[in-house]
Amino acid sequence: MLILECPYCGVMADETDLHGGGEAHLKRFGPGSSDDEFETYLFHRKNPKGVHFERWRHVSGCGKWFHAARNTMTLEVYATYSAQTTEPPQDVIDAVKAKHPDWEGYK
Amino acid sequence: MSNAVSALQGASFDGYCKVEEAGLTGMITLRGDLASKGVAKAVKAATGAAMPGQGEVTEGAKGRVGWMSPDELLLIVDHAEAAAIVEAAAKSLGDEHSLVVNVSDARAVYRVKGAACREVIAKLTPADTSVMQPGMLRRTRIAQIPAAFYLEDDETAVLVCFRSVAQYAFDLLKDAAKPGGEVW
Repeated sequence: MLILECPYCGVMADETDLHGGGEAHLKRFGPGSSDDEFETYLFHRKNPKGVHFERWRHVSGCGKWFHAARNTMTLEVYATYSAQTTEPPQDVIDAVKAKHPDWEGYK
Repeated sequence: MSNAVSALQGASFDGYCKVEEAGLTGMITLRGDLASKGVAKAVKAATGAAMPGQGEVTEGAKGRVGWMSPDELLLIVDHAEAAAIVEAAAKSLGDEHSLVVNVSDARAVYRVKGAACREVIAKLTPADTSVMQPGMLRRTRIAQIPAAFYLEDDETAVLVCFRSVAQYAFDLLKDAAKPGGEVW
């Protein structure tokens, strides 16, 4: 069972209280972008075995979206953080690096 | 005005905890910037309670105020007073970016009374009820529906859900409080 701390409520919410929103920090390519960029934006998603950044919504709680950094293999959660970020904040990256010194980094 | 009735009109069940529908309860949703002085003033005027912090519910002379999300409060007041309180709060908030709505008749409220009230709710929700203390409010789900609950005192839990699922919630609570179903 995946348990994430909602950064807005400060409570531990398990995955049945949450709704997954897929990969985090996507950059939108809309009208005016090339077909390749648009295709990548729409369909191409990371599917790593290991460290992953995801969007989650505290659906039966506060209803807010937030981000989570977790490990898809071990289900370890490194951190949850605000949705108002375009890339993982430094403290989240540090938290991941503390556990995995050889992690290649975000992107 | 038409005669107001609560969802299950005070239905109750005696199990190893007593489950009862709380009857008519005034409920107001207030959304806005919770850090603003205007909101704190409107809340104080409506309920007499101080602003709750994250995950808290505070009590005043005229009602309670629960923290629902970073920009939402639930005001629990007298049912007959709710409309007037909404009007007064909206007026007091004036031009401030905010929303005050009377949701009294969109909700159902249950009281679970007994030493094992935490346990009865714990059977239905993923939330950790053992850490709940009077003054804390948790928004979560019970079985398949969203619900919020807080403790009035150590042996009384209050659970709020949507009126459309009132019967479902009551059936769940009855089942969880059935004699012979004690866990501890």
